[in-house]
Amino acid sequence: MKKTPFSDIHSRLGARMQPFAGYNMPVEYSGINDEHRTVREKAGVFDVSHMGEFRVSGPGSQDFLQYVTSNDVNRLRDGMIQYTCLPNGKGGIVDDLLVYRFSHEEYMLVVNAANIEKDWNWLAGHARGRGLVVGRDLYDASDETALLAVQGPAAMKTMAKLTGEPLSEMKFYTFRVLEIAGIKNAIFSVTGYTGSGGCEIYIANEDGPALWDAVFDAGKEFGIKPAGLGARDTLRLEMGFCLYGNDIDETTSPIEAGLGWITRFSEGNDFIDRELLFHQKTEGVKRKLVAFIMQERGIPRKDYEIVDDTGNIIGRVTSGTMSPMMGKGIGMGYVKPEYAGEGSAINILIRNRPVKAEVVQPPIYREQKQQ
Amino acid sequence: MEIPLELKYTKDHEWVRVDNGVAVVGITEFAQGELGDIVFIEIETGGETLEKDEVFGTIEAVKTVSDMFMPVSGEIAEVNSKLEDTPDIVNKDPYGEGWMIKINMSDPGQVDALLTADQYRELVES
Repeated sequence: MKKTPFSDIHSRLGARMQPFAGYNMPVEYSGINDEHRTVREKAGVFDVSHMGEFRVSGPGSQDFLQYVTSNDVNRLRDGMIQYTCLPNGKGGIVDDLLVYRFSHEEYMLVVNAANIEKDWNWLAGHARGRGLVVGRDLYDASDETALLAVQGPAAMKTMAKLTGEPLSEMKFYTFRVLEIAGIKNAIFSVTGYTGSGGCEIYIANEDGPALWDAVFDAGKEFGIKPAGLGARDTLRLEMGFCLYGNDIDETTSPIEAGLGWITRFSEGNDFIDRELLFHQKTEGVKRKLVAFIMQERGIPRKDYEIVDDTGNIIGRVTSGTMSPMMGKGIGMGYVKPEYAGEGSAINILIRNRPVKAEVVQPPIYREQKQQ
Repeated sequence: MEIPLELKYTKDHEWVRVDNGVAVVGITEFAQGELGDIVFIEIETGGETLEKDEVFGTIEAVKTVSDMFMPVSGEIAEVNSKLEDTPDIVNKDPYGEGWMIKINMSDPGQVDALLTADQYRELVES
């Protein structure tokens, strides 16, 4: 079982730990609902050091990334980040990931922890085929990189106390390499998986505990708390963000999953599965991933069946939970396209009983606007 | 961990208290701690007569769904009505406000076969 640089801290804080993707990870500290609310209203800190980081460099890197990812890497400028996926050559998805551009010859890919080995093998195969030297031009930095996600309305205020850099000027999905809390060469990224704003900071393992302590000192006045993978899942689900292994996998296409916006058929973007996915986009797909809110009491769960009003099976739930903010069951799942429209009435089969739900446009949870 | 001496227990982490021949049933402190935040409880067997070990309801935490089993046979005489809107009372007060059901036992002798507090403590601490 692998540990992150923060493992001792989690134990000291009394976190409930659970194996995840080969790592012993914190699932919850003060309770999932409490951590969830803290992120929505104040700030929460997640240890997500289990995520994988690959470096891609050299003259062939841009063409390589253009080929293996569905989004258009040419749209990136230095300091920008792109959400994208790796099509698997059979219409499915190897993984979803972030691509960071340092320069047109230097990139970082951030991949799901559970897929590190699979992604590496997949990417290494294609890298070799395109003349990149695996181990040099494609390099796995996962084991030496720690990652903290500081998320919530007070996250940026907290981090601004730790650096002289003008963080508030940074736009969403951009990053900078800077000094923060006395740690040089931190990758400061305005990204996250919660929908509540904030940032993610990549540092060397040995700098991890010092950053943790600095963030908690700085965030104390805002009520900052540690948050675990449990809250990370409920937060992303309220936003309708896909989770690899649940909502997308090797059998689901990005078009089916509503990821058409990261599947770009721009001229010159020749990527794996381009033709197949273009066909799906123009001809339509047999199922679509939707987000939904329960209209009656009940919590949807992964693999529950979705039925129409007469009981015919029209789909299957891929993620579900009780929304901590809404107090209602929420979920995502694949349904036949005719049921995928906003406002569409569906039923989730919970313990053999159909329970009413309504298809919504993500995000599932929308913060109440101040009048 | 709180394991009141006057209660009886099951290996499914339920407790039973007998009040005037009626068995009051809930889940233990240990169970609520393992489950974490309890967000949904469904008991639709009120008025039904069920055998020992049959499922009488479902309890859902954020990440898990678990069945709850009859610790003894009998008629479900009452369901705690507060559970529907405030399932978190089971986290806060598992042996008190967070009780689940009351059973009119068909065979009160079954209570004697349940675990004592000491036996239950041994089970959860082993």
